[in-house]
Formats: sequence, structure tokens, C-alpha cells
Amino acid sequence: MFFTVSLYISLVIFALGLIYKVSSWFRLTLDGETKASKPGTRVSAALKGVLLTLFSGKIFRLVKAFFYDILFQSRILRESLLRWVMHMCLFWGFILLLLMHALEKYISYSLFKDYSATLNPFLFLRNVFGLMVLVGIGISIYRRFFLKVPLFTNRMDRYALIILAVVMLSGFLLEGGKIGSHTAYQSMVEEYAVTASKEELKALESYWVEEFGIVSSAVKGPFEKEILAQGKEVHEVACISCHSKPQWAFISYSMATVMRPLGGLLDSVRFPVILWYVHFLACFVGLAYLPFSRMFHLIASPLSLLANAVMDAEESDPANLMTKQLIELDACTHCGTCTSRCAVRIWEEEILNTKILPSEKLAPLMAFARGKNLDKEKIRSLQEGLYLCSNCYRCTGVCPVGINLQELWFKGREAVLGREIPEVLILSPLSFYRGLRREELEEKGYEKPLASIRAALEEACKGINLQDSLLDIQKADTQFRKDLGLSDWGESYSACFTCTTCSVACPVVQRYPNPPEALGLTPHQIIHAAITGFSDPIFKSNMLWSCLGCYQCQEACPQGVRVTDVLYKIKNMAMERLKNTNSADHPS
Amino acid sequence: MKFALQRCCATSIYLKQYESSTDAVLKALGVELVDIKQFSCCGYPLKNFRYRAYLLSSAHNLALAEKEHLNIMTMCNCCYGSLKHADQILKDHLPERKEINASLNKEGLEYTGEVTVRHVLDILYTEIAIEGIREKIKKRLDGLPIATHYGCHLLRPRQVAQFDRPADPSKFDDLVEVTGARSISWATKLECCGAPLWGVNDELSLDLTESKILDAKRSGADYLCVACPFCQLQFDRVQRILHSRRGTDHTIPSILYTQLIGLALGIDAKTLGIDKNEIDSTGILRYFS
Repeated sequence: MFFTVSLYISLVIFALGLIYKVSSWFRLTLDGETKASKPGTRVSAALKGVLLTLFSGKIFRLVKAFFYDILFQSRILRESLLRWVMHMCLFWGFILLLLMHALEKYISYSLFKDYSATLNPFLFLRNVFGLMVLVGIGISIYRRFFLKVPLFTNRMDRYALIILAVVMLSGFLLEGGKIGSHTAYQSMVEEYAVTASKEELKALESYWVEEFGIVSSAVKGPFEKEILAQGKEVHEVACISCHSKPQWAFISYSMATVMRPLGGLLDSVRFPVILWYVHFLACFVGLAYLPFSRMFHLIASPLSLLANAVMDAEESDPANLMTKQLIELDACTHCGTCTSRCAVRIWEEEILNTKILPSEKLAPLMAFARGKNLDKEKIRSLQEGLYLCSNCYRCTGVCPVGINLQELWFKGREAVLGREIPEVLILSPLSFYRGLRREELEEKGYEKPLASIRAALEEACKGINLQDSLLDIQKADTQFRKDLGLSDWGESYSACFTCTTCSVACPVVQRYPNPPEALGLTPHQIIHAAITGFSDPIFKSNMLWSCLGCYQCQEACPQGVRVTDVLYKIKNMAMERLKNTNSADHPS
Repeated sequence: MKFALQRCCATSIYLKQYESSTDAVLKALGVELVDIKQFSCCGYPLKNFRYRAYLLSSAHNLALAEKEHLNIMTMCNCCYGSLKHADQILKDHLPERKEINASLNKEGLEYTGEVTVRHVLDILYTEIAIEGIREKIKKRLDGLPIATHYGCHLLRPRQVAQFDRPADPSKFDDLVEVTGARSISWATKLECCGAPLWGVNDELSLDLTESKILDAKRSGADYLCVACPFCQLQFDRVQRILHSRRGTDHTIPSILYTQLIGLALGIDAKTLGIDKNEIDSTGILRYFS
């Protein structure tokens, strides 16, 4: 009764969770509200897409992906043998246990006429599959906690591991407990050996103590040969059709051996019954929690692999591409492969923001897509993480579940930028890649973040204006001068004697008929302003942010001022100021 | 001859033809390239945001190459400038090296200054040498007028780049002319392509690119030739955007040096990805004598 009720409760939660998650694939979007983003449009586009694919040549690509990527998991093998062994063990051990053992009522009994859980090969196989899962869990723990692979373990990962470990351990302990249990033995005798005499029963019990490892208080070895032979006869009549030797359940049997000295006690406190409750309740908790946990990848990852096998950006329906991205967000297993191969992973050492790492961007991006109440600071750090990417596509190339991560970063970045929180990094060459794809973006959406960072810059540096007729030296930023002067890249500025050669050499200055008007300050004026310590006009000058870093000025300087490097250093300082101002405006 | 290849982040998806042509050309000339899986970005894009993050990125790759006892070859001017600059800083400034190494130690790495950073043009000019290349030329591009674009960080700052005379270089021209093509004189030859501002200040970036294109055309060039992914993307994809935004048509195709020399060495156009350039440069095939 309790079993059935809890099973149905967990099934209901599982089903509701499934509906919630799957519907979110069609409800949410990273592209903003468009005609294609309406749930109705997307469901029908998806159905149409699936049908068209199934009845086209693309079906072969699906079949190939199904065998290669899903069943054989070739993408993991390509990355690392250890991980492949781990995941094959977990995946196949889990699936086979699910099919043969958990669903035995529906599958094993109907497939095998004389199926019995305590008969070989099933008895043996259950332990083999269980061992596979244990090995998988073991390697996973080893990799996460002992190997020096850059992996982040979050709450989700821990829960998944804990539930799986509880299910497996309680299963083995339960089987081990039952092997030794006299109560279990007794109830079977009452059912299957009713016709046996008292003497025969004693012989049978002796035989089971000797051969099957039950713990009995009634009979004690060593037993005489005749008694065992008689026990064997009874066994062959009453028991053998359902019982293979428990030694075949090699893991559970060794657990039973360990527990044997406590056998009587454990049996009297109904240890196997307690374990049975733990075992099935853990399974049901796992089932109910599955749609909300990382384990949901069991459903989403194969879909992502299949979708990516047949879809591409040029041909596919935009509505389906949108839906695919949402599936991909759920498909992430948080395995960390992307991060281990990320070309800018090392930046995280200097810029303390874990969202630089691809594997750590997905969860916040999903939260963002869900419209969760993220505060500005969280969005800002996600935005920074999304921007700090050199667009090398390595993450996409190695993802074991085939997620087009680079595309997620692109779409996600634009979606987050749409919140209009000024992003300093947009002034860095990382914007080159955004520019390369500007034709895909709406003109207004493309220009807006660029304008908003310039406005923020203006706001952060309004202390001193060049238009003021007299610049008050008392207002000079002495800290700025000090920081610049003490830096290796900056210190050479003080050799400047304002000959203007750098400004003449600058290809940007040459573009304008009236450079001061267009650029605020020209290079030699920036250097001069640095000497006097007026940081505000420098930070907001167009010149600083129009510097190409081409080193023409530096080459030309007769005084050996490393003009370009000084400008680089000043840009670092300006970005630091902007970043701090932005964070101060939006405390978390 | 063996080098660890620093592949530029920009090439993996936007400029695959630079990778395939570099691989093919160096193989034909007997240079072995090794891919180090853990190589990171050179850090160039962070130079104006967080100098230390840039330095650590470059140092990371230098240390990895040192561990493998290899020198690094780059196919990008920005990677070249960044790695070389970092190498100099780490060699000259002990305190900075110590701090960076403290970070690298976490990954079991250390840089002691044993690596030399080379640009692919440098390898070709210095190691294979013009004569060595000439021997292997199978097809000549006689008379083809080409505007050779060096790109900033191959030449400047001179203390770092050390590839050629910064104000009056000739090595890249010689490498172009060994194919039989003619490297023309043009006024803006040594100026920036405009790529560093693409995405930041697009109009200014386009102005700079357009002035170079106009100058090259006016000076009689049929093609631009470059050896840096950013320059190529600027002269190729961004030039296409330039014409579509400004409604102009003074188009001049740009070709990567590894594509140009690859054709001369008899490597097939498909491997070199001549058809992958966005502005059609397949016309160059007609110049073969």
C-alpha cells in the first residue's frame, strides 16, 4: 500500500515536472519576443520539423547519431578514455538495471518465461550492472574530488551523485541482508516446502546455512555429510527452480559475508525491510526529482544530440532553432569538458568571475531565460562572463552532448545586453566577433550597448570638463598619476616634451579635419593630461577608445615614450573605474 | 624543423582556410607543426581591459611550449605581438615573472624564458629562405600586381616585433615576389587595417579600411595580400559589409599569403580554401602562367 502510494506520488511529480520542463522549451526564448517565438508557432514548427525529418534522407543521420553518439557515446570517447569508461558504466549499468530489475514486472517477466530475480543469469547480471554503476560513481567522485581536472561541483551534481549512491548501496545491502535473513528463509519454507517433514526441514536449513549463507540460530555447523545430502534432496525439490547460488550475486554475497556475525541481530530488527524502504523510496525520490535535476539530461541530451545531427543555422526554421537552444540548456550535464578546453579559462585566474567558464555560464543563462528574479549584479556578471569569450568554438567542438555552445553565447550575450546594463568589455577587441555578425542583428539593438557604455563613461568622468576655461590643478587625480607612473607600461609618459609627433603619426587623428573636436584629446594631449593628472578628460576622450593599438605613435616618438602602451595602461585604469562605478550603482 | 602552432581563435570558424592553407604549405616545405591541446588564447583582446590576464594567457602558452621543448609559430600578427611582448616582459622583469609563475604553478607549469616566438612569414623567410622557396615553386603568377599589407604587430613596436625594418620593410614583399607576382608601392602600406575598432567604432573602422582599399586600387593592385587573420577578416568579410552598407563597389579581393604561396607551390585551390574567401578571389587562378 505504502509502496503503491509513494510510487504514484512520485510518478505524478515526475509527470508534472516533465510537462513543466518540456513546455519551457517552447515557452522561453533567448531571442526576445518575435512572431516565431510564440509557443503555438514553435510547437507546430517542431512537429512539422520532426515529421519532415523522419520522412527524408535525414533519417539516416538520426540513426547514425542514435547509435554513435547516444548508445556508443563516441563524443566522450574522443575526449577521454577514462570519462568514456565512467559514462558507459553509469549509462549502461543504469539503463540495464532499470529495464531488467526496476521494470521486471513489465519487461523481464514477459520476455523470459522462467524469469526469477534469484535465478541466474539474472541474479549474476544484476550485480554486474550494479557494479558498473558503482564503478561509474567511483570514477566520477575520483574525477570531481581527487583528480586535478578543472571541474565545478554544484548542488545539482552532488544531489544526483548522492541519490544514485543511496539507491545502489541500499540495493546491494538489501540483497545481502536477504541472503543472510532467516526470516526470509522461513517465509519461503512456509510457502514452498509445506510437505516436508520436520527432519527434512532441519536438513534443508543445514544445507542452506552451509551453501546459501543464511544465518540460523536453530542449526549450527559443521554438518554431517548425510544431513547435507538429505538437505540437498529437499532443496532440489522445493527451491532449486527459483534459486541459484547466492555467490553469483558476488557483491551482495560479500556484503552478506561481512554482515554474517551480526546476522541474527540485523534480522531481528528487520534490517532487510528497512533497507527495502530506503531502496524504493530513494528510487522514487530520484524519479520525482529527475525533471528538476541535472539527471534530466537523460531526456534532454539525447534530444540535443539528435537535433544537432539534422539541424543547421541556415536551413532550419528559426522557431525550431530557438526551441533547440532551450533543449540544449537542459541537455548540459555539467561535465566540464567545455571548460577544460576553453581557450580563455585562464582569464578566470585574474578576473574572478566563474561565469567566464563555459560550463558555469549555462545555469545562470537558463535562469535568465526563465526570467527568474536575478538582481543587476548577477546579470552584470553573467554579461561579463558571456563577453569574455574569444569565439574559438572549441567548447562547441568538444561538447559530449553536442550543444552548440558558441551559438548560445552569441544569442545569450545579445539577450543580456538588451537589459541595458553598461558593459565595459564592449570597448575591447572582443567586440570584433560581435561586429562580424552585425548583419544578423537589428541595427538598434546592435548600436545601443555601444552608446550606453559611452554614456556611462561620460557619467563616471564628469568631474572635470575640458570646456571649463580654467582647469583647477587642485582637482587633479594624484592617484591616477601615481598608478600610471609606477606601472611598467605607463611610466615612460613623463619623458614627453609635447612635440606632437605622436598625434601627427596617428592614423585615427589623420581621419578628421578637426581632431580635437572629434576626438576630445589627441595622443600628445592625452600624455600631457596624464602628466598634469587630469584623468576624467582622458577617460572619456574619444581618442582613447579609438586607439587602434597600431604603435605608429610609439614608433615615432623621439623621446622614447611608449605612447601606445601608456594608452593601453590608461584604458585598463578607465575600465577598472567604470567597472567599479557600475558595481557600486547596483550592489547585490 | 618543428614548432608548436599557436592557432588564432579567429581562424577556427571564421577563417578555416587560413588553418588549412598554413598546414598544407608548411607540410610542403618540410616544417612540422604540433598542436598543443591546452594552448589558450594569446590574451590580445584583454590588453586594454586587464593587462595581467593578457600576460598570464601568453605566459601559459610559452610555458606549455617550453615544457615540450618547442618554439612557437604564430599565423596571426596579434598573437605574434602579444606572445613576443609577454616573452620579453617575462624575460626582463623578474618580479613579474615570479608572480605569473606563481599562477602557472597551479597547473604544474613554469616559464623560464626558453621559447622563441616566430611568425609564419619569419619561418618562411629565415628558415626556408627565398631560394629554398623558389626551388619548390611549380606555378608562377607572373606580373600579378599585389598590394602587400604587413599588419601592425609584425613591425611595431620594433623592440618587440623584430621581424623587419619597421619603417621600410621588404621581407614580406620578397616573399610575395618569389611567386612571380609584383609587390606594388602604395602609400598606406604600413597602416592599420582597421580591425581593432571593428565592433567598437564601426564607422571609423570602415573609414580606415576604405582608405586602404582605395589606395591599393589607385596604386594599381589587383589583390591585397595579408598574413594575419584579423587583417584578412577585415579586408574580406568586413569589406563586403562596407560595400553593402555604403553602397560602394570599389572591391579588391584579399588573399592570405599562405593561399598565395600555396598556389605557387602547386597545392590545389580547394585545400587552400580559395573559394572560402567571401570576396571572390578565385580570379587569381587565371594568372598562372
